[in-house]
Amino acid sequence: MPTLWLVFTLIALAALGFVLGRQRALASAGGDVKLLHSLPAYYGHNVALSAIVPAIAVLAIWSLAQPMMIESRVAAMIPAESIAENTTVSLVMSDVRRLAEGLDQAVEAGVLDAAGANALEAQTIDVRALLAQVGVALGSEVSPEVLAAAQRYRSLTATGSILKTVVVLLLSLGGFAWAYGRTHKDFRARNVVEQGIMALLILAASLAILTTVGIVFSMLFESLNFFGLHSWSDFFFGSTWAPNFRGDSELSILPLLWGTLYISLIALLVAVPVGLFAAIYLSEYASGAVRSFAKPLLEILAGIPTIVYGLFALLTVGPMLVRIFGQGEDGLLGVEWMSGATSVLTAGLVMGIMLIPFVSSLSDDIINAVPQSMRDGSLGLGATKSETIRQVVLPAALPGIVGAILLAASRAIGETMIVVMGAGAIAKFSLNPLESMTTITTRIVSQLTGDTDFASPETLVAFALGLTLFVLTLGLNVLALYIVRKYREQYD
Amino acid sequence: MNQMTALEKDVETQKTKIAAKNVNVYYGESHAIKDVNVEIEDNTVTAFIGPSGCGKSTFLRCLNRMNDTIDICRVTGDIEIDGEDIYDSRVDPVQLRAKVGMVFQKPNPFPKSIYDNVAYGPRIHGLAANKAELDEIVEKSLRRGAIWDEVKDRLDAPGTGLSGGQQQRLCIARAVATEPEVLLMDEPCSALDPIATAQIEELIDELRDSYSVVIVTHSMQQAARVSQKTAFFHLGNLVEFGATGQIFTNPEDPRTESYITGRIG
Ligand SMILES: Nc1ncnc2c1ncn2[C@@H]1O[C@H](COP(=O)(O)OP(=O)(O)O)[C@@H](O)[C@H]1O
Ligand SMILES: [Mg+2]
Repeated sequence: MPTLWLVFTLIALAALGFVLGRQRALASAGGDVKLLHSLPAYYGHNVALSAIVPAIAVLAIWSLAQPMMIESRVAAMIPAESIAENTTVSLVMSDVRRLAEGLDQAVEAGVLDAAGANALEAQTIDVRALLAQVGVALGSEVSPEVLAAAQRYRSLTATGSILKTVVVLLLSLGGFAWAYGRTHKDFRARNVVEQGIMALLILAASLAILTTVGIVFSMLFESLNFFGLHSWSDFFFGSTWAPNFRGDSELSILPLLWGTLYISLIALLVAVPVGLFAAIYLSEYASGAVRSFAKPLLEILAGIPTIVYGLFALLTVGPMLVRIFGQGEDGLLGVEWMSGATSVLTAGLVMGIMLIPFVSSLSDDIINAVPQSMRDGSLGLGATKSETIRQVVLPAALPGIVGAILLAASRAIGETMIVVMGAGAIAKFSLNPLESMTTITTRIVSQLTGDTDFASPETLVAFALGLTLFVLTLGLNVLALYIVRKYREQYD
Repeated sequence: MNQMTALEKDVETQKTKIAAKNVNVYYGESHAIKDVNVEIEDNTVTAFIGPSGCGKSTFLRCLNRMNDTIDICRVTGDIEIDGEDIYDSRVDPVQLRAKVGMVFQKPNPFPKSIYDNVAYGPRIHGLAANKAELDEIVEKSLRRGAIWDEVKDRLDAPGTGLSGGQQQRLCIARAVATEPEVLLMDEPCSALDPIATAQIEELIDELRDSYSVVIVTHSMQQAARVSQKTAFFHLGNLVEFGATGQIFTNPEDPRTESYITGRIG
């Protein structure tokens, strides 16, 4: 039975279970709801959940595991010598899968019968031509080994599917019967359903965490591969970023880290004062009307996709800077300091603009958390509003604001689109903000896009870069959250 | 009763410090204070009592224009301190608040050292020419706040680390440090335990020597213990104002009597 139909059957069983469970509970109480331990619907839910949840879980795991197990068994059938010079096991296996699918389609179209598909022999029949009839194009002639593997693949898949259907249905019926049998007016269905719901929620939470762990581990393994091919001391302490395809690339993170930090610094120099002042205005000075209008507007800025900021950098800010500092349209300052639109300053300015709403909305929350009694105390002593803000509100909010700045810094370090479009591609150590420079994220994108070979250090370095970035931003986030939480406690 | 007759009356009566005439306060549409007239004397503790929500705090905050900090609040009528209209456009509310100090319901020391808490006002208003003078003001104020002996060895410790009662006395010292003429206190003991309350009450009685003190309290015993004059507010009206002894023993208005005997909560 196809998986989709299996799922529908399970849902139908659950629905039936709900109705029957409810009826049985009511019947056991003689139709009097008050005699039941739980509301009738809980008995229904109990039967429905028992019928569907374990069955669905097994179905999901089985569907994931079956292809892996079959592949490993079939792959073992292919003799090492039949794997040609320039291919790999995984390439041959994809031929096998394709052939197996082709045979399935041929059977469906009536060109072959089921027995015929299994009895095919490569020596006697041109399999490629046969499959071409049903619209399946194969890349090359089919070798006997691949045909045998595909046939085995088909038969294993077929048995596996039947077995899966049987097991899942039995499990569902078993759960149904078990829960239905336990349905009685004294049965604590409400408590059981409560636990079931908790289990579902825990599952959701752990999935989120497990995927994160999975991501970290996959990065870790690829990074280890990289460090197997390239010296770690060059990566961490070298001074040059110069990938090439001759096999003697210099892949040091330091020039990239410099570009990243330099651009982030400029971004923070823009975002922190502007964002903070905006937050102070909005939380301390603005009237209710202005606030209710300006705050959402500022937060809309936070929702703009970063690629749009990237375009802004490329098309507006970059050319504008060239007009000021370079000879674009003959230059405003008459100097020749900048030639291309991409530069540290371009990316930094635009990233700063992106971060303004982020800084301001965090700071606004933090400033609002300073108790009103603090302000009253200061105003009551004859301090003006700005004296109160400078000498009482901001010092009280300082730890939280530092946390907000660290969070903004970690966003700046991880930002990609703006630097891809606005910063340039040259890795170097330079203090001149008008030169183009490159960042960690930009290099990750460029090492992984295009025609790449996933076994070379030039590609794998992306994972090591990504992992370093991850560790860096994670550290900043943890520190920031720690500071912010510490600060919140102060006023609870 | 105008100022002249008040002065002439008898030796027990002090000169009028604050005179409020036809004061109305509105929060947006709602009318929180209705046509209040009252004269508050110098060197006297005046208590505002009344059920909660009757406008005691609102009226108190009119006296140092703290209501200006609330957007929707509107005050009409005249309030004069030493014969000068404090709502006149020439009066700077910020300067006024240095002259009319305020202590709040919940102790609210700044997250700074004890020293800096007390020095806050003098620094802002430039009351000390040098460090020595500032030290002197801080010590004098802490003594006035009856907390000097407890904190003299740890002036650098944060003010927020003190106990509730000490914090409140620190806040009183902080208010005193700007050399005000009037001290407004809004339920200064409501967050404190009985011992701390007794200390503060004793302190209030001493403060009367130098200031005109106005205290809002929900405790009638406290009003009876610390004040010479009592004003009873009800639903935004000033129902009765007179000598504390008289208000508590022989109230004129039936509403005052009901409140004092516990029939209006
Ligand atoms: N900031 C404010 N905004 C709107 N209404 C207020 C505000 N403060 C007080 N009020 C209203 O004014 C009335 C008097 O309040 P308040 O002066 O605090 O009373 P009390 O101190 O006697 O308990 C109450 O009805 C209260 O709801
Ligand atoms: Mg009050």
